Amino acid sequence: MADHEQHTTFAGGDGGPTAGHAGAGHEEPGFWRRYWFSVDHKVIGVQYAVTGLLFLLFGFGLMMLMRWQLAFPGEALPLIGNLLGESRMPGGVMLPEFYNQLGAMHGTIMVFLGVVPLAVGGFGNFVVPLQIGAPDMAFPRLNMASYHVFFWGGVLMLASFFAPGGAAQSGWTSYAPLSDIAPTGQTMWLVGMVFLITSSLLGSVNFITTIIQLRAPGLSFMRLPFFVWAQFVTAFLLLLAFPPLEAAAVMQLMDRLADTSFFVPAGLVVSGQLMSQHTGGGSPILWQHLFWFLAHPEVYVLILPGLGIISEVIANNTRKPLWGYKALVYSVLGIGGMSFIVWAHHMFLTGMGTVMNAFFQTTTMIISIPSVIILTVLILSLWGASIRFSTPMLFALAFLPMFAIGGLTGLPLGLSSADIPLHDTYYVIGHFHYVVAPGTLFALMAGIYYWYPKATGRKLSSFLGKLHFWPSLLFMNGIFFPMFIVGLAGVSRRLYDGGATYAHAQHVLWLNELMSISAWGLGLAQIPFIINFFLSLKRGALADDNPWHATTLEWAAPSPPPHGNFASQPVVYRGPYEYSVPGMERDYLPQFEPGGPDGEPRSSIHPGGAEPVPAE
Amino acid sequence: MSSAIPYTVEPRPDTGLNNVKIGIWLFLASEVMLFGALFASYILLRVGAPPGTWPRHGAEILNVPLATLNTAVLITSSVTMVMSWASLMRKNFAKFRLYMGGTIGLGFVFLIIKSIEYGTKFHHHLFPSTSTFLAIYFTLTGLHALHVIGGMVVNSYLWGTGGKWWKTAPQQFTNRVETAGLFWHFVDLVWIFLFPVLYLL
Amino acid sequence: MSTDHHLGSDLDVHGDIDVDKHVRTYITVFVALLALTLITVGIFYLHLPLVPAIALALTVAAIKGSLVACYFMHLLSERKLVLLVMAVTVLFFLFVLLGPWLTEMNGITG
Repeated sequence: MADHEQHTTFAGGDGGPTAGHAGAGHEEPGFWRRYWFSVDHKVIGVQYAVTGLLFLLFGFGLMMLMRWQLAFPGEALPLIGNLLGESRMPGGVMLPEFYNQLGAMHGTIMVFLGVVPLAVGGFGNFVVPLQIGAPDMAFPRLNMASYHVFFWGGVLMLASFFAPGGAAQSGWTSYAPLSDIAPTGQTMWLVGMVFLITSSLLGSVNFITTIIQLRAPGLSFMRLPFFVWAQFVTAFLLLLAFPPLEAAAVMQLMDRLADTSFFVPAGLVVSGQLMSQHTGGGSPILWQHLFWFLAHPEVYVLILPGLGIISEVIANNTRKPLWGYKALVYSVLGIGGMSFIVWAHHMFLTGMGTVMNAFFQTTTMIISIPSVIILTVLILSLWGASIRFSTPMLFALAFLPMFAIGGLTGLPLGLSSADIPLHDTYYVIGHFHYVVAPGTLFALMAGIYYWYPKATGRKLSSFLGKLHFWPSLLFMNGIFFPMFIVGLAGVSRRLYDGGATYAHAQHVLWLNELMSISAWGLGLAQIPFIINFFLSLKRGALADDNPWHATTLEWAAPSPPPHGNFASQPVVYRGPYEYSVPGMERDYLPQFEPGGPDGEPRSSIHPGGAEPVPAE
Repeated sequence: MSSAIPYTVEPRPDTGLNNVKIGIWLFLASEVMLFGALFASYILLRVGAPPGTWPRHGAEILNVPLATLNTAVLITSSVTMVMSWASLMRKNFAKFRLYMGGTIGLGFVFLIIKSIEYGTKFHHHLFPSTSTFLAIYFTLTGLHALHVIGGMVVNSYLWGTGGKWWKTAPQQFTNRVETAGLFWHFVDLVWIFLFPVLYLL
Repeated sequence: MSTDHHLGSDLDVHGDIDVDKHVRTYITVFVALLALTLITVGIFYLHLPLVPAIALALTVAAIKGSLVACYFMHLLSERKLVLLVMAVTVLFFLFVLLGPWLTEMNGITG
């Protein structure tokens, strides 16, 4: 069995097949089997996390490039501008087509290649089996396949930048009929999406089965850490909402490659030419329905794992149980269910008619209730707490008001008449970025700082952590708050010149410069994090099994956990957040420790004590 | 702690299921949504079709007798599939071989009839691009046919490697055959809806 | 992993006897499905107007589908958990099926 002193990198590096291999004396698998083709959930989790972080960095790079054009429209970008070629930035000046590629790919990469792989593939894979006391996921080889399909889908997406005509450039939303006639990069985008959706589907089957079937003895559903509940609901969203987009992607591929007219209306004229190879008779609106049927639940996929992480970090750093665990659980189930019936609030301006607008407006207002409940529970959990301002907690505390701003600014968008002047303006961009950027990304950062010791056996520097946190918080607001102002002034999104030609927006255009400088500042603020991440692998303070004095099952395993995770099957005796239990000197009582407040060890077979309740 | 995953074959007491059973039902749930989206597209395209571009019945363009035959073929293959599992439950491996072989054979028959249908269409210059009706017809039946092929690959694998598996892990093998059966029945179920919607309405 | 021939598919812990009963059911369902297929085609030749034709065709298809699901896929005797997952799925299936169409009912089409 590998132990964490022998190799200081990541956990569970054995990587061999999980089906009953002997303990000592089996051959160590080679590099490829161990690190690339591993079936160990911890290795796969790290693969997803590292790949996701790299994609996040790349997607952010695309945006930093766009922000130059928005701040200084038509001006040549020094140094970098000349490296990108005549087809993209001739003389260092960005072409509109390239701006559109950057926009479409920024969104696609951040959502599908960055956040979800990190939040679900990374954190989900690594933490969930540990938190439920399982040796691995239910289907380890399927897990490996999921990662590889995701990886190659991502490679295809990146490669599309080199296709003739460039990458996808019809928005991450790929609306028809524009996307039907876009250059080759769009076809690669569609095939890439099929890969990513397949990876996601396989993954969600794995997560749901694992959580239902592999919980440790005594771990009933209502004793699960909220992080596991969040991943559970997220997996259901991915399972049921993605297939319609897969169907739509196939149909759009057929429109592009087989000249069908699924989304092509009759008599479509492009640049003065009738698109005669298409018979027409199709429906562009059909694409929107199928796309948003996925994409709305997708935004809950983006936030729920983050809410799960924040819950863990807050409970741990307040040294008290979360206030309202049941409310959290019922709310997340409510969000999951309702997320399937709000999608057309993205389509208020498509002429659906007042009845359907009213329906979707109503469901959208209703779904805000469980979201508010969750945020309220988390805020109330701070009351009377003995707060430990560790780096994860800083990110978690910042998350709360940031997510609140994001959520509140969503309300006018969800009301169909208020949406009329706001739809497709910078206001929308500000709204969703607040939720995803200082929202989810901060939550994911909290998760990295929180679980890095478990994964590596070393602690991240809290000095570098603070150096990462404070400027990030400042610049996040510097980028996204002005967007509400610019949007309310009527500047549309996806404009190559950032509104420079709008007479009614001239007085807000200076904010473009402010936002761009903040974006570049945010980029610089990530450097301490990157340094910290790599430096601490070798130089960080050593961490024991439970450096945060936490209560959930992952802290019963060594740091990093070996193949198989636990020395013996953990048993669960109580709920997930037994902090500051009255009568105990120690301020935490882990789920997996037998014994009670009076300190007497209790056997699991004796009734009346801390006996594990059979899982329901 | 052993790194063996529990409940891969034996059911977990409180859920009463093994992992693979839950896994396949979850996967089928996602497939329901996949075909659901395509049926939804059929509805929207038909309702919004400009006058004269959509046939009054699918039968105007499509071959009802062949499709009826194909329906019978798939239904029969579903029976042979479940009988192959029942044979294993009765510990009769030879019968399993027979019924599973029959299922795979009937799958071939289905695909052959389908290719005849497609071939005739192409011969008459009826392509997916010819009309939105044909587009959704080819897409729905094409995706369905891909699922038939996928099921046949799995079934062939079970048929081919079954001998060894039956000797070493009979319960696991029986479960896997049941699981493959669930997928195959689902493919049959989709066709049961595809047939009237595309051909008869 | 047991290598003996104790077959306990999680469907039930019965032995051969109930498999026999199942087999009889399978044959009955098979005949019913074939008959219903002929009925489906027969109804078509009645050339009913569109709305009754749709209603009838889908009803017959639903019956056939239920037979396959309940008996071939053993859904009738399946665990609550699976039934719950499939019930939720059917609900969302109906949303995706009908949602786009309903939004076009009093708006612009084509």
